Amino acid sequence: MANALAPQKKMTFGEGGLALSLVGLAILSIVIAAKAYTPEYAFHAYLFTAASIAAVFAITNRYFDRPAERPPLVNADGRPNYNMGPVKFATIAAMFWGIAGFAVGLYIALELAFPALNFAQWFNFGRLRPLHTSAVIFAFGGNVLLATSFYVVQRTCRARLAGDLAPWFVVLGYNFFILIAGTGYLLGITQSKEYAEPEWYSDLWLTIVWVTYLLVFLATIWRRTEPHIYVANWFYLAFIVTIAVLHLGNNPAIPVSIFSSKSYIAWSGVQDAMVQWWYGHNAVGFFLTAGFLAIMYYFIPKRADRPVYSYRLSIIHFWALIFLYIWAGPHHLHYTALPDWAQTLGMTFSIMLWMPSWGGMINGIMTLSGAWDKLRTDPVLRMMVVSVAFYGMSTFEGPMMSVKIVNSLSHYTDWTIGHVHSGALGWVAYISFGAVYCLVPWLWNRRLYSLKLVNWHFWISTIGIVLYITSMWVSGILQGLMWRAYTSLGFLEYSFVETVEAMHPFYVIRALGGFLFLCGALIMVFNLWKTVYSEAVAGEAGIQLQPAE
Amino acid sequence: MSLWQKHAILEKNSIVLVIGILLVIAIGGLVEIVPLFYLKNTIEKVDGIRPYTPLELAGRNIYVREGCYLCHSQMIRPLRDEVERYGHYSLAAESMYDHPFQWGSKRTGPDLARVGGKYSDAWHRDHLRDPRSVVPGSVMPDYGFLAKTDLDYKHIAQDMKVQALLGTPYTPEMIEDAMKDVAIQASNDNPDAAELTKRYPKAVARDFDGNPGRVTEADALIAYLQMLGTEVDFKMYDDKANIR
Amino acid sequence: MDPTYQAAAEFAQRWGLVYFVTIFAVVLAYALWPSRQKQFDEAARIPLQED
Repeated sequence: MANALAPQKKMTFGEGGLALSLVGLAILSIVIAAKAYTPEYAFHAYLFTAASIAAVFAITNRYFDRPAERPPLVNADGRPNYNMGPVKFATIAAMFWGIAGFAVGLYIALELAFPALNFAQWFNFGRLRPLHTSAVIFAFGGNVLLATSFYVVQRTCRARLAGDLAPWFVVLGYNFFILIAGTGYLLGITQSKEYAEPEWYSDLWLTIVWVTYLLVFLATIWRRTEPHIYVANWFYLAFIVTIAVLHLGNNPAIPVSIFSSKSYIAWSGVQDAMVQWWYGHNAVGFFLTAGFLAIMYYFIPKRADRPVYSYRLSIIHFWALIFLYIWAGPHHLHYTALPDWAQTLGMTFSIMLWMPSWGGMINGIMTLSGAWDKLRTDPVLRMMVVSVAFYGMSTFEGPMMSVKIVNSLSHYTDWTIGHVHSGALGWVAYISFGAVYCLVPWLWNRRLYSLKLVNWHFWISTIGIVLYITSMWVSGILQGLMWRAYTSLGFLEYSFVETVEAMHPFYVIRALGGFLFLCGALIMVFNLWKTVYSEAVAGEAGIQLQPAE
Repeated sequence: MSLWQKHAILEKNSIVLVIGILLVIAIGGLVEIVPLFYLKNTIEKVDGIRPYTPLELAGRNIYVREGCYLCHSQMIRPLRDEVERYGHYSLAAESMYDHPFQWGSKRTGPDLARVGGKYSDAWHRDHLRDPRSVVPGSVMPDYGFLAKTDLDYKHIAQDMKVQALLGTPYTPEMIEDAMKDVAIQASNDNPDAAELTKRYPKAVARDFDGNPGRVTEADALIAYLQMLGTEVDFKMYDDKANIR
Repeated sequence: MDPTYQAAAEFAQRWGLVYFVTIFAVVLAYALWPSRQKQFDEAARIPLQED
């Protein structure tokens, strides 16, 4: 019921422009679907059509429902009018994809122990393995990073998230990318670059989403009412910027046709290998490390209610880490046809990387100095501190494995898989769980349903991680030693398949570890579910937030 | 003092921060990657490397599609046991036309860089259909569907055109005859087999999948596997000439 | 040995060292400069402030 004073309601440039572009995308993808070379690609084109049309409807609907004026940047009480809707969405998406990714991981672990589980081409190990890695790294980890970065940047800048539709475009567009990538793997659409398997059209889509992400993040920083940019935002910024550079460097490809999902990567052979592992290792360094260190630098001080141990150390940590990490890629290519000078550079920098990594670990753990008793009473904080300890462990193991003589044994074996999972389960997943346990009560203005269940989650999944990494150490080292074992007559002692058979018990133990980890995550989902559906807490000091929309 | 206050600009100005990050991360990547394109000794001088035939290329695309690289490496390291188990260590030249490379990072199964010619076509057929029928302890999935699926190669010339654009030496003639070459290579005693080997030296033409009536995905994949690592004649190769 | 390789290696080794040491010195000076203590203390408390 507009009165004469109310401003006229107009569609903004953003709403109109985005809706029009999406209409264009819908038309383009219908044409592609009609002429696609393969039914799999046509299916993806239809998904693009459906998603664009749905988004246009959503934008129009939202336009009719919203008030004429944009939401204010600051509430009547003087506090920033935070935009937590996209944060909530990404939090839920993270837990959804997390469970899916852990479950697929368990399934492929079982496939290696019991190959009969490869019962159809869509569910063979070769197609499910990228689904697992992408689901846990990019879907679970990525949504955790989206949620926490949008939360942290608003709270530490004391400013509302920049953009109106843009933050929604980022979270929804990113999850649509996950959907395209994941269904593509099952259908055999892959460019076979590890951790960068999605084909050219998914890569293009991700590029658009990612640039928007960078702009939203930067524009929020520009709005800040706080003179300093808190160090967590430095790490988020390094993560966003570097992932953009890596994505563009690793993925230039020429599609066979716009009607074909197949493309050929511009690089070949040894250069492609170098570019791939420059990308691959820095996906670890900047996605799985810098991004999650940002979480550490916000959530541990916040939860422990004390400032970070040394802000100066955090600055040295930041520059040393991003400077050294970028060089470490060639340690994935020791003793290969990559020239020796590049291998030596990779090894040297990987060893040096130990120092900033441990600097960061010390900074995180020592934040609790004087408040160690909280570890006993607060399982959420304990989870985060243990994650930092796991970070310390795997960043010691990593430099050690990058030494060529160690690598000659560990490379190509399960030791690598164990190393990755001590980082992925122990560090990335635990710091994420800790952050989400903090975020959900803050976002929904609730009290966490049960700390006891957090405790159960912690212990069950810790046992799972221990089983996982110890079984992979044993199987990796055992297999490496069996490959190079000689008889007294100077012949190779074991045929290859004998070394495969020797792995069986460890593959079963590993699957058990993964099962326990999945159980822990399911307990977490139950706990969060009960939290969100409990009664709102009124006036809880400090954690009350405006409802999102 | 005032100079150091200016340094606060890094902390207070996000654009400067972004530029700082870009500068710091650019150096490592540039130093490690760019010389690989310019230093002549990166790729060894060696005879015998040729682009894939259209059938082998189609087979390679199936290898990529099924994610074989996730369990099989194609990179033999110069370590005593590997060279004895798999053959001469891999050269950079051997993957110079590989878009993308397939060196792999894990050996759940054995290395395949020199699997070409090690086993018969019949062994490969059985092994793909039911790996445990020939290797009882294997954990490999079954790929029986490959032999039942017709190879879709009507666009293979387009694939080669893209590769040519990226620097693979496919001649216009090779691209024009791509469809024909697939049919030649997948059949027994084809009278035009000599034409194929003229374009692609050492290419082997025969009915790989044991089903002469059809060109299946198994034809393509086995053709690819059977040529892996067979291009360079290591009796003629001088290790010392290419020390890097 | 390839002469371009030799030249590139010599250049990279000499100037690389200078570059690393300089960058590290700049970062250390920036982080440890005494007058910045107050500013860093303020920044470290950002997450703990409530609005």
